[in-house]
Amino acid sequence: MSDIERQTEGADAALLRGLTEARLSRGQLLRRAGVGAAGFGLSGLLAACGVGGSSGGATATVSASASADTVGSAAWWAKQKKAGVLDFANWPLYIDTDHGKHPSLQQFTKQTGITVNYKEVIQDNAPFYAKVAPSLQAGQGTGYDIIVMTNGWYLTELINHKWLVPLDLSRLPNFEQHASSIVKSPDYDQGNTYTVAWQSGFTGIAYNPKLTGRDITSVNDLWDPKFKGHVGMMSDNTELGSVGLLKLGIDPATSSEADWHKAANVLQQQRSKGLVRQYYDQSYVKALENGDTWITQAWSGDIFQAQASGYPHLKFVVPKEGVMHWTDNMMIPMHAKHPVDALTWMNFYYQPKIAAEVEDWVNYICPVPAAKQIIAKQLDDPAVAKSPLVFPTPAMDAKARDYYTFKDYGEFNTWNGIFDPIIQS
Amino acid sequence: MATGLRSRLTPYLLGMPGGVYLAVFFVVPLFAVLSVSLQTGNPDAGFVLTWHWGEYVTAIQRYHTQFVRSFEYAGISTGLSLVFAYPMAYWIAFHGGRHKSTYLLLVLLPFFVSFVIRTLAWQFILSDQGFVLGTLKGWHLLPQSTHVLSTPTAVLAGLTYSALPFMVLPLYVALERIDPRLVRAAGDLYARPASSFLRVILPLSAPGVFAGFLLVFVTNVGDYVNASILGGPGTTMVGNVIQTAYLQNFDYPMASALSSLLIAGTLLVIFLYARAFGAARIQEYA
Repeated sequence: MSDIERQTEGADAALLRGLTEARLSRGQLLRRAGVGAAGFGLSGLLAACGVGGSSGGATATVSASASADTVGSAAWWAKQKKAGVLDFANWPLYIDTDHGKHPSLQQFTKQTGITVNYKEVIQDNAPFYAKVAPSLQAGQGTGYDIIVMTNGWYLTELINHKWLVPLDLSRLPNFEQHASSIVKSPDYDQGNTYTVAWQSGFTGIAYNPKLTGRDITSVNDLWDPKFKGHVGMMSDNTELGSVGLLKLGIDPATSSEADWHKAANVLQQQRSKGLVRQYYDQSYVKALENGDTWITQAWSGDIFQAQASGYPHLKFVVPKEGVMHWTDNMMIPMHAKHPVDALTWMNFYYQPKIAAEVEDWVNYICPVPAAKQIIAKQLDDPAVAKSPLVFPTPAMDAKARDYYTFKDYGEFNTWNGIFDPIIQS
Repeated sequence: MATGLRSRLTPYLLGMPGGVYLAVFFVVPLFAVLSVSLQTGNPDAGFVLTWHWGEYVTAIQRYHTQFVRSFEYAGISTGLSLVFAYPMAYWIAFHGGRHKSTYLLLVLLPFFVSFVIRTLAWQFILSDQGFVLGTLKGWHLLPQSTHVLSTPTAVLAGLTYSALPFMVLPLYVALERIDPRLVRAAGDLYARPASSFLRVILPLSAPGVFAGFLLVFVTNVGDYVNASILGGPGTTMVGNVIQTAYLQNFDYPMASALSSLLIAGTLLVIFLYARAFGAARIQEYA
C-alpha cells in the first residue's frame, strides 16, 4: 500500500481515485514526453523514459465501473441532454461548401437549434490518432463530439481501447431506413456499435487510355511489362498489400500471414522488374494527370474530381478480381461533451435530401442510395447522379472487398514488417 | 576576493542559459531516444526498458541499404553544393562591390517560400509531360520514355538545390574576411593567379568550407522530403524509414534505434572529416 493510500484510508473512494489517478496519468504523460527525467543516474534516466501504454489507467476504471451509468448504455443515453452545440472534426474539403459556409450544417442549425463548430483538422488517420490518443488515455475529452476516421488500424485501436461511445441506434431511424447495405454492419464494426458511415470509396485502378493504348480490366494489368516505369502504386501499405492479395485471388478480409508473404513476393517482383514508377501518397493523382504514370492504384472520388476538372479522358475501373472498399466513419469519442447533439446530426445527415446536398459537392460514394433521385431531379446534376463512382451499380458492389481487420498490434506490426520493405527500398 | 570569485564565475553564468537549454532540449531527448531504442513492448501495453539490443540488429539487417544510401546522397550533394557555391561566394565576396548585400539577399530569397512548396514546384517542372521534358519530347530531342522524377538524380538535385544557401553563406563569410592585400602580396611575390588562389585564398577559406560541410551534410543525411517527393522506388533514405516507423507504425523502439544509429553514423563521419581536415587548423582560423 502506498503512502498516499494509507493517508487517505477511509476517505471518500472517488476522492481517492481522483487523487491517485491524476498523479498517475500526469506521470505517464511526462514519461511519454521524456521530460522530467533530469537528475537520475544514467540507468535510472534510461528506465524513466519508458513509454506508457495506451491501455489501462483511466480507461480501465471507466470500463470497470460497469453499471447503469456505463457510457453508451441505454440508461446512460437516457440521462444525456441536448446542449445546443456540436463540435465536429472532419477532413478538409469533405462537406458541401458555398462561399465558405456549409448549407447542410446551416439547415441543421435552423431545424434543431444546434450550432455547429465545424473544424477541418484531420489530415490523415495516424497523426490525428496520435493527437487525440493522449487525451483519451488521460480520461479527458478530445474537444470534439464527432470525429471522422477511416476503417483500419487506428479505428480498430479506438474501439479496442473503448475510446468511443457506443451509439444509441434507436435514435438513428434514418440510418436504419436509408443507409446502403454495404455500409451496414461492416466487418470492422459489427452491428454499427460505434460508427456510421460518412462517405465511402473504392480503391481500384485508374488509367490514361491515350498512354496505355488499351482498356484495363484486371489487377494483372498493373504487372504488364509494357507499362514498365509507368505504374503507380500506393505507399499506404494496407492498400499495397491488399492489391497484392487480390492479384493472387485471395480475399484480403480472410487472408492469413502466409498469404501476406506470397503477396509481398509478387509485389517485390513487380518492383524489381522496374515496373513501378513510385509508391505514391495522395500525389498519385497529379502523377496520373501529368502523364508520369499511365496506370495506377486509385481512389474513386479523386478520379471523379479529376475527370470533372480538366482530365475527362482519365478512367477508373473496378478490376474483375475485386475492388477494395473503404469507409470514412463518424463516431463519438469518449468524454464528448455533447453526445446527443452528435447523434442528432448523424440522424439528420441520413435524410436523403441532406445526404444528396453533401454528395453533390463531395463526390465520393454516397452511403444513402435514395440521394441519387434527389441529385438527378431536385439538384439537377445528372453527371453526379449517373456516375457509378458516386452511386455504384449492384455489379460493382458485388466486387467490393473488405480490408483485413487487425486483431492486435502484433498482427499490425507483422503486416508492416512484410510490406514496408517493398515500399521503402 | 569577491571580485575575483565573481570574475571566475562570469563565464559560467554567461554560459548557463545556453547550457540549460541544451540540457533540457537536447540531452534529455537524446537519452529518451536511447532508452526507447532498448525497450520492448507495444503501444497498447506500453514499452518497458529491457536492454533489448536486438532492435539494432533488426534495424541494420532490414535497412542497411537505406543507411548507406543516405550517407552516399548526403556526401554527393554536399560535394556538389560546394562546387556550385564556392564560385558564387567568391564572386560576391571579391567582385560584389556595392551590391554585395543585394546578391546575398538573392541567395536567401528561396527561403521566403516553404521548403516543401519549392520541392513540389520541382516535381511540377520536371514531370514527364511537363514544361521542360514535355517540350523537349515534343521536339523529338528526347525519347518518350525519358524521365527525371523518381530517379536518384532527381533526389540528388533536390538535396543540392535546397542546401545551396547553407553552403554559400559560411563560404562568403570566410572569403569576405580575407584581407585583399594578402592576395596582392602574393602577386608581388610572383605567384600566378592560380597559385595565389590555391595557396592563399583556399586555405584561408577552410573554416567556411568546414562550416558549410557541417550544415549541409548533417541536414541532408536525415532528409526525407526530397526522397518522398522527387524520388521513386530505390531512393528511400533512412529519414523516410524513421518517419514511417514513428508516425505510421508506432514502432517506437525501431524508430529510436534507427535514429540512434543515424546520430552515431553522422558523428563518426564528422569526426573522421575533422581529423582528416585538421580540426586544430580550423580553430586557429576561426
